[in-house]
Amino acid sequence: MPIDILMPALSPTMEKGNLTKWLKKEGDSVKSGDVIAEIETDKATMEVEAVDEGILGKILVPEGTQDVAVNTPIASILADGEDANAAPAPAQKAAESAPPAAAPQPSPTAAAAPAPQAAVPSAVANPPQVKSQPDPEVPPGTEMVTMTVREALRDAMAEEMRRDADVFVMGEEVAEYQGAYKITQGLLQEFGAKRVVDTPITEHGFAGMGVGAAMAGLKPIVEFMTFNFAMQAIDQIINSAAKTLYMSGGQVHCSIVFRGPNGAAARVAAQHSQDYTSWYSHIPGLKVIAPYSAADAKGLLKAAIRDPNPIIFLENEILYGHSFEVPKLDDYVLPIGKARIARAGKDVTLVAWSIGMTYALKAAEELAKQGIEAEVIDLRTIRPMDTATIIESVKKTGRCVTIEEGWAQSGVGAEISARLMADAFDYLDAPVLRVTGKDVPMPYAANLEKLALPTVADVIEAVRAVTYR
Amino acid sequence: MAVKKAVARTEAAPGAIPDFSKEQELHAYREMLLIRRFEEKAGQMYGMGLIGGFCHLYIGQEAVVVGMQMAMKKGDQVITGYRDHGHMLSTGMQAKGVMAELTGRRGGYSKGKGGSMHMFSIEKQFFGGHGIVGAQVSLGTGLAFANHYRDNGSVSVVYFGDGAANQGQVYESFNMAELWKLPAVYVIENNKYAMGTSVNRASAQTDFSKRGTSFNIPGEQVDGMDVRAVKAAAERALGFARDGKGPYILEMQTYRYRGHSMSDPAKYRSKEEVQKMRTEHDPIEQVRARLLEKGLVSEDELKAIDGEIREVVNAAADFATHDPEPDPSELYTDILR
Ligand SMILES: Cc1ncc(C[n+]2csc(CCOP(=O)(O)OP(=O)(O)O)c2C)c(N)n1
Ligand SMILES: [Mg+2]
Repeated sequence: MPIDILMPALSPTMEKGNLTKWLKKEGDSVKSGDVIAEIETDKATMEVEAVDEGILGKILVPEGTQDVAVNTPIASILADGEDANAAPAPAQKAAESAPPAAAPQPSPTAAAAPAPQAAVPSAVANPPQVKSQPDPEVPPGTEMVTMTVREALRDAMAEEMRRDADVFVMGEEVAEYQGAYKITQGLLQEFGAKRVVDTPITEHGFAGMGVGAAMAGLKPIVEFMTFNFAMQAIDQIINSAAKTLYMSGGQVHCSIVFRGPNGAAARVAAQHSQDYTSWYSHIPGLKVIAPYSAADAKGLLKAAIRDPNPIIFLENEILYGHSFEVPKLDDYVLPIGKARIARAGKDVTLVAWSIGMTYALKAAEELAKQGIEAEVIDLRTIRPMDTATIIESVKKTGRCVTIEEGWAQSGVGAEISARLMADAFDYLDAPVLRVTGKDVPMPYAANLEKLALPTVADVIEAVRAVTYR
Repeated sequence: MAVKKAVARTEAAPGAIPDFSKEQELHAYREMLLIRRFEEKAGQMYGMGLIGGFCHLYIGQEAVVVGMQMAMKKGDQVITGYRDHGHMLSTGMQAKGVMAELTGRRGGYSKGKGGSMHMFSIEKQFFGGHGIVGAQVSLGTGLAFANHYRDNGSVSVVYFGDGAANQGQVYESFNMAELWKLPAVYVIENNKYAMGTSVNRASAQTDFSKRGTSFNIPGEQVDGMDVRAVKAAAERALGFARDGKGPYILEMQTYRYRGHSMSDPAKYRSKEEVQKMRTEHDPIEQVRARLLEKGLVSEDELKAIDGEIREVVNAAADFATHDPEPDPSELYTDILR
């Protein structure tokens, strides 16, 4: 019986890919390990290797096909003498059958038990657009272009590097590899190795060097491959970058941006899935930014690079590949420290930022169907926190739910809640509730990981609780 | 032994590589082949979505852990980074339990909570399985500290990569290990790349055996593709550490055939470079060729071994595919003791 070759998953966050090229033709013989096709994932062009031996039977997905879902059969492999027409076309057939007889050994191929789904929650997979409230910084009639968060971040860095020769970027794999998550794509080619610097794996050292270079007046952008690895460097970030202006009586400042993906990706377990928003938000002397949309990523990263202070710029790996509309302006710079109303409503205030916005906006849509109008605030900057915008909203709604993937204890939601208690107590009709990640290290298993993250349902439940419905 | 300081290392490393007995060759062959087939299967299962997240394969580097393990004694500890499947299998951890951890199932070594990068076995004295590059070096030095403290005669074998060798805590650990003469063997697996960065783009000193020079830690460069050379060097290093003379560094010159992880297109090196390593230096092929050349075994006998190993790996894959996911209640267990 023919064996299906399935569209492989080739990165932790890959859900679909483009089949760019077939390197074998129907009828070619293939050995295990032969490269048979090229596919483009969300990050790179990868080679597909044959797993089984035999003859390439039918090609089910022609080259040039875009957005092929992971696990779609793309071709079949025949044992010698088998007929290509016997190739099982529908995906289900293979999935139901016992281990394929033609396989040299019983392999877990087609008969696999339900493969754990990619842990990317559905709300996160298709992030809602934020269009309802035009940004006041964008003049009416401005042309909008669709781009991914990844491209927006890259453009922000490139524009600032063109503008100011003191800006440079350094980190692991930022130059020749074009960025582990391809955020610095093309920067080496445009700006050269002097300004786009590949470092060894020495976070504590290069973060400290960045701070030193900033003390000398340069404007480094220090990329952490992920913020999990910035824990190696957190002493230099806090003790050196954040405190020097104060300790020097205002003489020595650090204009530096520490940026990189923060928070849970998918299935990378406890040491690689942590949200540091509240950690950095604790520190006087830092500014902490965590954008959701591509427009905010661009406008705020440009602002961060220009800002004369140390900035923690928290990105999110899952959002990198998502597209949003970005104003086509020569110099789109947003103010740091200003939240924005992403959706207006009168019944409850939802406060979120970064990937938390995906839960908030999806929940708001659902709630609208149930007759509850939620106002969604995208905090965008965590420190300094735009408390005024939250309070204004709560004055209207009387209720507030905060949403974050980080842990509840001493989280950002706890801070928002405390501020509302202190400054808007009289306007609250219900206690502030927090939707957070569960109080556990991130587990690897797909089912547990799902349970550890917040969900849209959690948000809806919290809203129903505070609206007494 | 004339290994007081690093400059003496050439004297410590004898030019001739001692021959293996037939039993040793066959043992090494089996062990390395198990790792190879296991990793190939893991790669396939990743493509099928059965394994998620990061998955770093050890294909090409098998001789390092197998040769080291052949020289180790019961009670010696092993600790490494995230490219850990081979290390676990070589300590005798079961393929089933490792594979089930890769698929995140309850029968995995960490009950499905750790995944590819985080597995442990107290029984086999395997201490992980660490995702933060370089962290295992201090931890492994701590294991050596405990051996020293208890005076139990055990040695801590601490594996890390050429990239990890640039982390600061490595040198903090080296200093303490030598200062207190801790029984640690540092095995630097120089596979020429740290992700997409070749050694010479990241390291001022590319001879990793000299990385302990300023602390007076002796070191050797070893052909990490030849399991006999690895075992011989391991014996010298382990003996040195066990005798209370302090830590020892082994730079294993090796090569990873696959990308850094499953999502690495590996455009930073040529196909020819990889192919040359595979055809001229493959650790398993070397043993196989010797066995056949010397007429120690027949092709058929080797085929039978291959078959047995495939069965072990397929059984592991099967188990890992059908074993249930952890019970949801496990979310809240094992946080504090
Ligand atoms: C502190 C830290 N920084 C960065 C990373 C991301 N990272 C994982 S593996 C790796 C490369 C390590 O290379 P090497 O030490 O040579 O080991 P190899 O992968 O070659 O086995 C990097 C940069 C990490 N896991 N931890
Ligand atoms: Mg390496």
